[in-house]
Amino acid sequence: MLFGLRDVSYSRGGRRVLQSVSANIAPGATAVVGPSGSGKSTLLRMLNRLADPDEGEVSYRERSLSDYDPLALRREVALVPQLPALLDGSVVDNLRYAARLAGKELDAKHCLGLAGLSDEFAERDVSRLSVGEQQRTMLARALAQRPRVLLLDEPTSALDQLARDEVEATLLRLRRELEISLVVVTHDPEQARRLGERALRLEAGRVVASGPLEEALA
Amino acid sequence: MSGSIDVSLGQVAAALALVALAAGISRWQRADLEGDIAVATVRSFVQLTAIGYAIEAIFEADTIWLVLALLAVMVLFGALTARRRASRVPGALGPLLIALVVAGATTLGLVVALDIFEPTPRYLVPVGGMVIGNAMTAAAVGLNRLGDEMADSRARIEATLALGATAREAAAPIVRRALRSGTIALIDSTKTTGLIFFPGTMVGMLLAGADPTDAVRLQLILLYALLGSVAIAALVATSLAYRNFFTPAQQLREPT
Repeated sequence: MLFGLRDVSYSRGGRRVLQSVSANIAPGATAVVGPSGSGKSTLLRMLNRLADPDEGEVSYRERSLSDYDPLALRREVALVPQLPALLDGSVVDNLRYAARLAGKELDAKHCLGLAGLSDEFAERDVSRLSVGEQQRTMLARALAQRPRVLLLDEPTSALDQLARDEVEATLLRLRRELEISLVVVTHDPEQARRLGERALRLEAGRVVASGPLEEALA
Repeated sequence: MSGSIDVSLGQVAAALALVALAAGISRWQRADLEGDIAVATVRSFVQLTAIGYAIEAIFEADTIWLVLALLAVMVLFGALTARRRASRVPGALGPLLIALVVAGATTLGLVVALDIFEPTPRYLVPVGGMVIGNAMTAAAVGLNRLGDEMADSRARIEATLALGATAREAAAPIVRRALRSGTIALIDSTKTTGLIFFPGTMVGMLLAGADPTDAVRLQLILLYALLGSVAIAALVATSLAYRNFFTPAQQLREPT
């Protein structure tokens, strides 16, 4: 099992964001689906300890997340947030920063290529990129750390259809070629079908279905 | 004119004409500052009169303990005042207190150790007041900027934490900018001193009849001491306060 959630609850601002969530996420590609405000992003943030549950426990590879060093965990389980949030500087500056944190050699051309960007982007200042290009740079930056798991929060929400198709193709290629496990948050069941092998469906902070794709999305 | 000058209460009262002018401008322009101007005028009169008597008593007692007690009160009020400017920084009082104590102790300690001033109330009280006052402003401006930027940059900070950066690494650019904003005002005014503004100590000494060379030298010592103290205060306040935005597991805390 990749991740396990046992009776996980989380409240913020007096609102129960997650309520007694129990679920298993297997290696491979899992789509987390549900309407806005159903707790998808919060669940994703818990998987690399950007947030901790108020109650219950999250485990990664059968070990409680609280037993992991959060910094080492985040370099292995990389999260790409919904909105691009790059550091000032060039594209390659961002990739270099991420690679240095993970203690990895940087092959910028390879990482950019994986994210569907040509190596001409390397020296481009991030403030001059379109939102779609920034989103791909976020992905390339995460890949510079050579993670084992990629957590993606609405990875194509800021993109037009053409760019969305390209990013989805990139993710499927990553899954196939690098054998990276993916956990993809999306509000779009069709995208879940394109990207996922299994799905976890949330509504109002509760798991309403989980398992093989068509079963969970039915 | 030589020797000390005598200032009557009548002369102080006459200077209120300029306060009336400020209030008049506020009313004319509907800036709604008349209340603040009145409060500032009354408070400055009461506070300076009280501190005048306190300083007189401390000079007469001539003991270091009373000086330290007065400086401690200044640090406490300075930190409480600065906290109001740092309302978006959780638990700002602790970092501010430490910043003012470290800035005050280091600066006063150095000027005494380097034999610039004697460790007597006549020097320690006014210099300590200036040092703590300027350190308070620097720490308040630094933490005000820190609070604003941390609130505006949550997405970027969390994205950086998500890469496995420590809280310190994720907040570093913001802490750097907060430190700069805390110190830049004094650096700029030091650059232009003597050209477009005369600092208060020098003006006071010239009015009191001191030799201009002495007034300039004393002013330079104080400017350099203040540069050191504001840098220390802004550095200590920002380097301690940013931690309060994060949990021990290097997570960004939810805003309160």
